[in-house]
Amino acid sequence: MDKTKKLKQRKSLGTFLQESDGAMSVLVVLIGFLFATLLILIIGRNPSGMYKAILQVLTGYNVDRNRFYVRYIGEWLAQSMPLILCGLSMGFAARVGLFNIGAEGQYIVGITVAQLIAIFFPQIPVAHWFFAILFAALAGAIWGGIVGWLKAKYEVSEVVATIMMNYIALYLSRIITLRIPGANTYRTPNFPQTALLTSSFLQKITNGSRLNLGIIFVVLSVLIYWFIIEKTRTGFELRATGFNKDAARASGIPVVKSIMLSMAIAGAFAGLAGGIVSLGAYKYGRVLAANDGYGFTGIAVALVGNNTAVGTALSGLLFGMLSTAQPLMESNRIPKEITFIIQGLVVIFIAIRVGFRMVVAYLAKKAPLKQEKTLNTKKTQEEMPTHE
Amino acid sequence: MSNYTIEMLGITKQFPGVLANDKVNLQVKQNEVHALLGENGAGKSTLMSILFGSYDADAGEIKIRGKNVKIKSPNDATVLGIGMVHQHFKLVTNYTVTENIVLGIESKTKLGLLDLKKAEKRVKELSDQYGLKVNPKDKIEDISVGMQQRVEILKMLYRNADILILDEPSAVLTPQEIDDLMSIIRRLKNEGKTIILITHKLKEIKAVADRCTVLRRGKYIDTIEVKNVSEEKMAEMMVGRPVHFDIEKAPLKLGETVLNVEKLQVKDYRGHLAVQNLSFSIKKGEIFGIAGVDGNGQTELIYALTGLVHTEAGTIKLHDKDITKQSIKERIQAGIGHIPEDRHRHGLVLDFSLGENAVLKNYDTKEFSNNLGVLQYQIISEHTNKLIKEYDIRVGEGVSQKAGSLSGGNQQKLIIAREVALSPELLIVAQPTRGLDVGAIEYIRKRLVEERDKGRAILLISFELEEIMSLCDRIAIISKGEFAGIFNEGELTENEIGFMMAGSQAKGRLKNEATHG
Repeated sequence: MDKTKKLKQRKSLGTFLQESDGAMSVLVVLIGFLFATLLILIIGRNPSGMYKAILQVLTGYNVDRNRFYVRYIGEWLAQSMPLILCGLSMGFAARVGLFNIGAEGQYIVGITVAQLIAIFFPQIPVAHWFFAILFAALAGAIWGGIVGWLKAKYEVSEVVATIMMNYIALYLSRIITLRIPGANTYRTPNFPQTALLTSSFLQKITNGSRLNLGIIFVVLSVLIYWFIIEKTRTGFELRATGFNKDAARASGIPVVKSIMLSMAIAGAFAGLAGGIVSLGAYKYGRVLAANDGYGFTGIAVALVGNNTAVGTALSGLLFGMLSTAQPLMESNRIPKEITFIIQGLVVIFIAIRVGFRMVVAYLAKKAPLKQEKTLNTKKTQEEMPTHE
Repeated sequence: MSNYTIEMLGITKQFPGVLANDKVNLQVKQNEVHALLGENGAGKSTLMSILFGSYDADAGEIKIRGKNVKIKSPNDATVLGIGMVHQHFKLVTNYTVTENIVLGIESKTKLGLLDLKKAEKRVKELSDQYGLKVNPKDKIEDISVGMQQRVEILKMLYRNADILILDEPSAVLTPQEIDDLMSIIRRLKNEGKTIILITHKLKEIKAVADRCTVLRRGKYIDTIEVKNVSEEKMAEMMVGRPVHFDIEKAPLKLGETVLNVEKLQVKDYRGHLAVQNLSFSIKKGEIFGIAGVDGNGQTELIYALTGLVHTEAGTIKLHDKDITKQSIKERIQAGIGHIPEDRHRHGLVLDFSLGENAVLKNYDTKEFSNNLGVLQYQIISEHTNKLIKEYDIRVGEGVSQKAGSLSGGNQQKLIIAREVALSPELLIVAQPTRGLDVGAIEYIRKRLVEERDKGRAILLISFELEEIMSLCDRIAIISKGEFAGIFNEGELTENEIGFMMAGSQAKGRLKNEATHG
């Protein structure tokens, strides 16, 4: 292990960037911030305002007032929860070679079911919210699973199907929620206390932020994602299907099952996100007028996180940080739109990652640096004996 | 003053981790066919990419017609009259031949419109001059691979290239098309062109080349007069040790019948019957070969046997058990091993590690995953290492490296290792040595015969007649989805089989009856 680490350090930056998706993502994020800094300078504001806001979100420390506001850390985590889950939703499907644009719809289905259970389920402590988010996840799984079934059985494009399912989810949610007794055009009556995910402990340590019990399920989801994909037989089948459907099929791997299962699990993550948002961030049911957008941002989250469990968690935290920092930036005279620009830039750069790689590869091909050459010959010489 | 058209002296090119060319020399005379021989990874393509301007050399000099030149891009090469036909064609499939040829150097009328008429005429002239028989108005998607290759050649001629580099030109062609290509190369030579032929096929070198430069692992070995050196000697120079083309087989020892196919009918993806009423059986201890030109139902037959497609009619029995309706998985468990024709499509998951590929078919057995469905990566690694050692698979980093990073020969060895390790009742082998170098071909053929000697039943499908002839105990000749006949080893000459492959069955039927009578 130590040996490989040493070898990695000796590799040139170029080869490292070419081989490691994670390193490329970090680079891309840094470039995004660099551009944003330049942009702020161009419009004549002081970029330190942005970094102060970010520092306050990450650590709670306000430089100007020299005080800690722990609440921001809690808000940051709470804001990141649905983003991480929707990122996992997108990422899980992507690992099987599917493009799940439907996280938004699966998320809405999750919200709707969680709200219904919150209002109609008997008020038993713990069981009330637990069943609410459990069924939210299940509903998301069914919503995603339908698309998986259409794709696997009838080769319906999952892109088209999920987009359509998003519309169905939104309007179905409105129809159902409006029928709840006491609901008006934008909200239902308040949830009973037993349905809420709020935790007095979490609120106390974060000075009254919206951080709630949902965080436990987010952490569990990240672990489950990692475990299924990297460790299990099922994950093996899913990844094989994602990389090469034909080889998977020829090897006896149940490709049809893999596709359905992956969409269902992807849907479950998004549905869970819906459940957590509706019972964690709100005290009443919402009649949705438009998309919350977490499902769509989840696409970007998964992209930056390279569809891995840890990467998606980190990238979800990055996106959550950016949106939590918005109001603070405003007060530091930085337009909050800058955060959207950073998000956009990061996604664009990730998308042209292949291009970056080509540039790096081209430079290495055309004129290998002397330094790199000697490093590499050294490396191969040293590696030889260990592999014999 | 040198009498060479191309001189590349002391060319050195370093890639990260590999010395692709190490002080390589190449001297090509005016108007000769010069072969560049070497195994995959010997540095042939790198050397030609340097000549064509795709790469810069780290050291060495290039002289064209006696003058020192710096070739910085393919455009420079074109100006110097150097043209290259790549292994993978660079054609726009829904454009016509002429449109493809003029792409980038279109001539225009006074009004600035495309002047295709003039171009068409010139293409026709060139095609006639070199005997290429290309119709300038055909669309690329409608013509055969062999014709497409000629279009690539025309593209260079149209640009007035007089030095032509052909990169593995026969890799994509059928035997007949290869013959045609050989005569085209001769014709080009007669018309005064200088040709560099990149290949690892000795027969072709013998057929058309005047001289041959041999590379091995990036190093220059020698340049020889082809007519003075035997194929065996050239193979030895290329591989670095004597190569045995003849394979020793133990005497035939037939066991019980393993596979029994009766009146099998299979449709192709367009819905036409590609396999029509095929019946045959294979016994333990024999290699049953199916010879034929590509596209005569071989692929569909394999798909039907392995379960990749449904059959229309007929039965497939493995040890008297009807498996016609069974799933792929059930067939694998029943003992059908499959070394697929397209190893990248059906054989390997290139983004998976060697270990994951090694257990692609039995990852779910008790051996490799526990009751909770968790894969035992430690055991998988040990298993894979054993296979790597046993099959001499040349890996750079080890079990965790991706299968896509292996050379073609080593990928194929990995597949064979996996399939044999499953100890199947029947091993279905399709095109096992396509695109591989001599060393790997020799190894893989030897392995197959070893499995036969151990008493395994093997079905071999190959488009290379020589492979079928040297390995098989019984040979069936397939044409348009039907057997033109089934013969024992040695009953027919290569010519007779070739004749029947081409679809003339009269003689075949006669022979067939004779063997029964």
